[in-house]
Amino acid sequence: MQRIVILGGGVGGTLTANLVSRKLKRRIDDGLASVTVVDAEGQHVYQPGFMYIAMGNEKAESLRKPERSLLDKRVDLVVGEVVAIDEDARMVHLADGYTLPYDELVLATGSRILPETIEHFEQEAHHFYSAEAAERLRAALDAFDGGKVVVGIASMPYKCPPAPLEVAFLIEAELRERGLREKSEVHYCSPIGRAFTIESVSDMATPELEKKDIELHTFFNVEAIDPERKVVESLEGEELPYDLLVLVPPHKGAQVLMDSGLAPEPGGWLPTDPATLNVKDRPNVWAVGDATDLPLSKAGSTAHFEAPVLAERIAAVVEGREPEGSDSIYTGRVMCFFEIGDGKGTLLRFDYEHPPQPPTPNRLWHLGKVAFNKTYFHTVPRGRV
Amino acid sequence: MTTAPVEVTPDRVVDARGSFCPGPLMELIRAIREGHAGIVIAVYSTDKGSKTDIPKWVEKAGHRLVGIFARDGYDEIVIEQLR
Repeated sequence: MQRIVILGGGVGGTLTANLVSRKLKRRIDDGLASVTVVDAEGQHVYQPGFMYIAMGNEKAESLRKPERSLLDKRVDLVVGEVVAIDEDARMVHLADGYTLPYDELVLATGSRILPETIEHFEQEAHHFYSAEAAERLRAALDAFDGGKVVVGIASMPYKCPPAPLEVAFLIEAELRERGLREKSEVHYCSPIGRAFTIESVSDMATPELEKKDIELHTFFNVEAIDPERKVVESLEGEELPYDLLVLVPPHKGAQVLMDSGLAPEPGGWLPTDPATLNVKDRPNVWAVGDATDLPLSKAGSTAHFEAPVLAERIAAVVEGREPEGSDSIYTGRVMCFFEIGDGKGTLLRFDYEHPPQPPTPNRLWHLGKVAFNKTYFHTVPRGRV
Repeated sequence: MTTAPVEVTPDRVVDARGSFCPGPLMELIRAIREGHAGIVIAVYSTDKGSKTDIPKWVEKAGHRLVGIFARDGYDEIVIEQLR
């Protein structure tokens, strides 16, 4: 019996489980292989939708589905929190004392946010990296009647790199629609020397920021928030006063990966082979999605394109053959939509060798993102696109 | 005529080889946060962008660029933390 255990029921974990169980259908039916997903909540959450809760176009309950409903019938689901991974014994330990042996282990444990690591973050700053936080930001936007809006990034890396830029554009557009733009300033703070990590995307976004009078502050690494003076301070010595502060919180990989010696401190990202998605020096351990240390967006889209490679490579191990076909190697492929405000969007499509060449923003790509969001549960986790 | 930068022994080495933009800069920023005025930090980077973005950041953040040294397959960018 070959036991494949997948930790995490997000995009990467769910899709990998469904694809690998399809490839190993016969072996699973014959009792020669098993696929098990372990998820802490047993709920699959479409996290890219959080931003739309903040912008008033989405409800938290529409972004959640029971994980079981998205999994192939051949995949087992265990709901529980993983507290330790024992590589020598090839065993996963859960909080309730349950243990799961594995032959192939997939780490789809994602990333987690740590707003509490910046003093006063939770009292002063808003974000959109959970449904609850996005709802609070919506309420703050509803109550906002003009002033200084500061959108920034506490530290890198973080989930969905375009999201803070998109939110700056969307807030600016909303303020215009509500007649508050004249009474407001919008500031965007980037930790690096340009608006976005990828140069071509930065080149596309910077003129849009200028056109919309969103002031760009480069090399702004958030150091402190002063709640008395209502200013956010950068490591570089800059201060920005705010009336509404929106900050991407610091992110880390799963604590259990650091505690089990699989991922190094302080970030907790798994050292991952960029082509095979093997965790380095561990032939039977694999990584997908946000959990890796790959120089790619931490985004569902990355996991979406990685999962077929994992499924093929793990199926090949189980079947005792070489990986084959176009899914045998991951090329760094990522594709995601980018909102620019005013009902317009663009598309970022890239891989390790080819940076994105975003088309001129138009209505089509915005509608594409809306359609993708609405159909997500029927398509991506089930491996239909 | 320019003078070649004088090589100094760093107090801390940040080996960011193999990391892509903005990885080396982010690693340096972490070292600066953990450091204090007066220490010298060397960043090893294989990312070509580091030679331009790290000096720009150093200037904005009020530190001192000691020098950029081409090593075997990577660059060593040396910074003195001033605050």
